[in-house]
Amino acid sequence: MIKAIAIGTSHGGIQAIKTIVAALPPDFKIPIFIVLHIGRNSNISFIEILRKLTRLTIKEAEEKEKIEQHTIYFAPPNYHLQVEDNFTLSLSTAGKVNFSRPSIDILFETACWAYGDELLGVLLTGANNDGANGLGCIKFRGGATIVENPKTARAPEMPASAIRLCTPDFILDLNDIGKKIVELSG
Amino acid sequence: MQWEKNNHKESSPFFYEGDNDLMNIEVRLLLEAIYLRYGYDFRHYSKAHLKRRISHRLSISHIKTISQLQDKILWDRQFFFEFLEDLSINVTEMFRDPECFLEFRKSIIPVLSTYAFIKIWIAGCATGEEVYSLAILLEEENLLNRTQIYATDFNKNVLNAARQGIYSNQNMDLYSRNYKKAGGKKELSDYYTSKYGSVIFDKSLIKRIVFADHNLVTDSVFSEVHLISCRNVLIYFEKKLQNHVIGLFHKSLSNKGFLCLGTKESLRFTNYEDKFTTIDEKAKIYRKKPIYSKK
Ligand SMILES: C[S@@+](CC[C@H](N)C(=O)[O-])C[C@H]1O[C@@H](n2cnc3c(N)ncnc32)[C@H](O)[C@@H]1O
Repeated sequence: MIKAIAIGTSHGGIQAIKTIVAALPPDFKIPIFIVLHIGRNSNISFIEILRKLTRLTIKEAEEKEKIEQHTIYFAPPNYHLQVEDNFTLSLSTAGKVNFSRPSIDILFETACWAYGDELLGVLLTGANNDGANGLGCIKFRGGATIVENPKTARAPEMPASAIRLCTPDFILDLNDIGKKIVELSG
Repeated sequence: MQWEKNNHKESSPFFYEGDNDLMNIEVRLLLEAIYLRYGYDFRHYSKAHLKRRISHRLSISHIKTISQLQDKILWDRQFFFEFLEDLSINVTEMFRDPECFLEFRKSIIPVLSTYAFIKIWIAGCATGEEVYSLAILLEEENLLNRTQIYATDFNKNVLNAARQGIYSNQNMDLYSRNYKKAGGKKELSDYYTSKYGSVIFDKSLIKRIVFADHNLVTDSVFSEVHLISCRNVLIYFEKKLQNHVIGLFHKSLSNKGFLCLGTKESLRFTNYEDKFTTIDEKAKIYRKKPIYSKK
């Protein structure tokens, strides 16, 4: 049974996340963690836009906060987002991983060390290869994995490198990913 | 399309074979072993970060399990000290989060100016960028010559780098921008000389600084300091340890002394929330409520 969802994306990610969030039912329970590569820029205005698309709580993750249902957490700009095994979130200023902070690999890896096979990992459009190792780690621990179809993704590189590394359970066009997330969470 | 052409599996990355339960047990045993053997206490550091560093070390040293890593750490002192470097996060910059330094000028400097002598403790100073930033700020407010700064860290290598005050030229653009945003009154380059791709900060800044080895988890208090800056250190500690260290700060501060934390750190939800006044929640500036002796 899926207990948490971790999503990573980079170039083209704003549109991709909007599409997915809009596809979630208003009573969607499972907590979602998102790393969107955004460098040092604030993502407050993006969070505002998303709030108009859903009734779920959307926020920047805070240091040591307890993970709640009905909530979508974003990594704050310039901090890595980590999941602790006592199901709290923690932030880190450690060096960049794959030239990125926040890094998708760090979120995916720590989330699967906490949730094991009850985690769903989703890797979307992006122009680098952050997240591929992390997705492999989720798969290795028996979690479910979805990768956006590189042929139709805004930027193919990130999903493509994940597909080269592991065999994801589903490779889907963006418009079908939200539906699949809901189905797997059911 | 591009991605189809090199459709080979990339060289496989490192995935830990033990399940999550086993991994948690092994990590706990490893931290206990390190504490018993070497006195470094990581038992209440955040586990996610520790696991990442452990996993990284396993993969580069070609060690299969955390239990085998523990064996090597117990028997090989030199290997332990290499591993200690892995655990350390020393990422820092000058005038990091410049808004905080701006707020520092606004709300702390006027108070410090009224003191004849100022004692400051910068805990977890890493390679010193924060220390030089604060020294520059105090110099510009004409306070440095009556200030004593204690800058501490538990990592001897970073302390040595901090004492040198030599940094790479590459970062100076960012640091200059930060300095300006922090309310800098001159140019950052007025405080250093460049040589062979490096910059060295003026020795006049260091006169008032003492760098010292101090472990926040296992060492004791400082006495009667007017201000403690401990930024981006507590973030690596579990709640319990955060409380312990904030208790240490509370004991070390003089009445109405200031405490500055990192942007993502807070006294909220700690045991000491009501023992401090919040001066600025965004800049994470707090002030110890006075304790009056009961007589
Ligand atoms: C991320 S750096 C922060 C540097 C600087 N304060 C800043 O905000 O840019 C964290 C520092 O805390 C130090 N540290 C970690 N645990 C410590 C402990 N138990 N006692 C003293 N220093 C510690 C590390 O060695 C590292 O240099």
